[in-house]
Amino acid sequence: MSPLQPGEEPLERRAVISGIGQSDVGRRLGRGELDLTIEAAERAIADAGLTRDDIDGLSTYPGMGAGTSGFAGPTSPEVQDAMGLSLNWHDGGGEGAGQMRAVHAASLAIAAGLARHVLVYRTVTEGSAQGTGGRQGIGGGGGGGGPVPRFGSFMQWSIPYGAVSAANWLAMVAQRRMHEFGLTREQLGAIPISNRANAALNPKAIYTDPMTMEDYLAARMITTPLCLFDCDAPCDGSTAFIVSHRDVAGDLDHPAVQINALGTALRGRPSWDQFDDMTTMAARDAAASMWERTELKPADVDTAQLYDGFSILTVVWLEALGFCGRGESGPFLEGGANIARDGILPLNTNGGQLSGGRLHGFSLIHEACVQLRGEGGERQIVRAGGRAPEVAAVANGGGPIAGTMLLTRGVSS
Amino acid sequence: MVANGPMLRLLPRLSDDVAFYWTSGEDGVLRFLRCNTCGFFIHPPGPVCPRCLSRDLAPDEVSGRGHVETFTVNYQQWIPGSDPYIIAWVSIDDQPDVRLTSNLVDVEPEDVHIGMPVEVTFEHVEDVWIPLFKPAVES
Repeated sequence: MSPLQPGEEPLERRAVISGIGQSDVGRRLGRGELDLTIEAAERAIADAGLTRDDIDGLSTYPGMGAGTSGFAGPTSPEVQDAMGLSLNWHDGGGEGAGQMRAVHAASLAIAAGLARHVLVYRTVTEGSAQGTGGRQGIGGGGGGGGPVPRFGSFMQWSIPYGAVSAANWLAMVAQRRMHEFGLTREQLGAIPISNRANAALNPKAIYTDPMTMEDYLAARMITTPLCLFDCDAPCDGSTAFIVSHRDVAGDLDHPAVQINALGTALRGRPSWDQFDDMTTMAARDAAASMWERTELKPADVDTAQLYDGFSILTVVWLEALGFCGRGESGPFLEGGANIARDGILPLNTNGGQLSGGRLHGFSLIHEACVQLRGEGGERQIVRAGGRAPEVAAVANGGGPIAGTMLLTRGVSS
Repeated sequence: MVANGPMLRLLPRLSDDVAFYWTSGEDGVLRFLRCNTCGFFIHPPGPVCPRCLSRDLAPDEVSGRGHVETFTVNYQQWIPGSDPYIIAWVSIDDQPDVRLTSNLVDVEPEDVHIGMPVEVTFEHVEDVWIPLFKPAVES
């Protein structure tokens, strides 16, 4: 199935994440998206031991014209101009293997010699947009002539039914999993409860008050079986990375984080409701393609930072990536011990998006780097025998949107 | 008691490729685009058959019967003023890998189960006939 020929090097391994940076993060910061982006970028550049003039590549998700107010962040031309960058390579777009496609693209540009140091960023101001920004609950429409806007494209198939949000679509995935595999609300709730405990140790997290199972089960229902705490928290913030050639690893004052393998496949239909398996979605394909590119195995992974725009997505990723057998994630999650910081598979150790804030995949990549570098402070994970974590799996996306990455501490060939 | 859908039906644009689908219910019949070469039902509609790449395509009738593959009861006020309503993915019996997102109507949530047989019914709003599904009458 893999297009990689026997013995062929996965070229993404020529790239490392040499620097990480994050702006202030908050529910409603009242700051501009360019302002937040530059704050994150400057922190990432400094972290990599570079200056602005070293940056010759720029990459973002989802780029120009995407989504509703507060969703997309500034475009790459806006950031280039605002920071006075001179670029050998630039890219921004929303189609590809999840939000992390911007990191994937940067790693391939590095491997191809199109750039030496790529600034990658993702910025959201969805908290402000939903607060004072006048963002409506339902976007799109226009044309058609009636008093109410009409809808085209893929939204036309769901919006007449009030199925307007991914919450509705993913609630049906959760319901299907309850039917096929016996997943329970208590098992699902282990994810938001564990994330909340981790968020208490993340100074930038949005929600840090302890959450009990009673709190979870009593929360307001959004769309059965998903309640409020199964849905992530819109926020304002920017996350940035510097992706560089692995040759720079020795120059850094911290361990380089090497990109070991990308997962990019979409082998089923690119659709929320027409995908062949209603319990797996595109995560199945992206994860499979990642493992086809590496000698590492799921058992080698020391921490997983798995997309939790909704809790059920994390469930899907756990199985897609092979941390549990098919349908076995419910018992794995029960009680939360396996996914705790001292468990078999420390999960979303910064609180994820459910409690840490919806930084749209990038905070999970950031946290994987923090943990691999040993900079987690109070929330730093230590593996059995006092060993520092060496391998992290990161996943972004839901439905037909899925990308994944295996990251390792330090550089091997 | 649940509603048969949101309090406001946001409607599709009747562009050339989908108008047949959204008006098919005018005579009470559900239709999908079908490949005349290999018989495959194509949904959403496209200019070629994704299975055999034939361009010889035309809308064709289906029985209107299907099965509930999964469902959710929506409480969130995405569309303000809506009472709770049931959203489902319904597989079409004529070709079960065609699934429609729809509302289940004339049924209470506690009576809905995955695998439940349903049949199409239409709600006429402006120039659109919206396919909905209700519990199937035993045949």
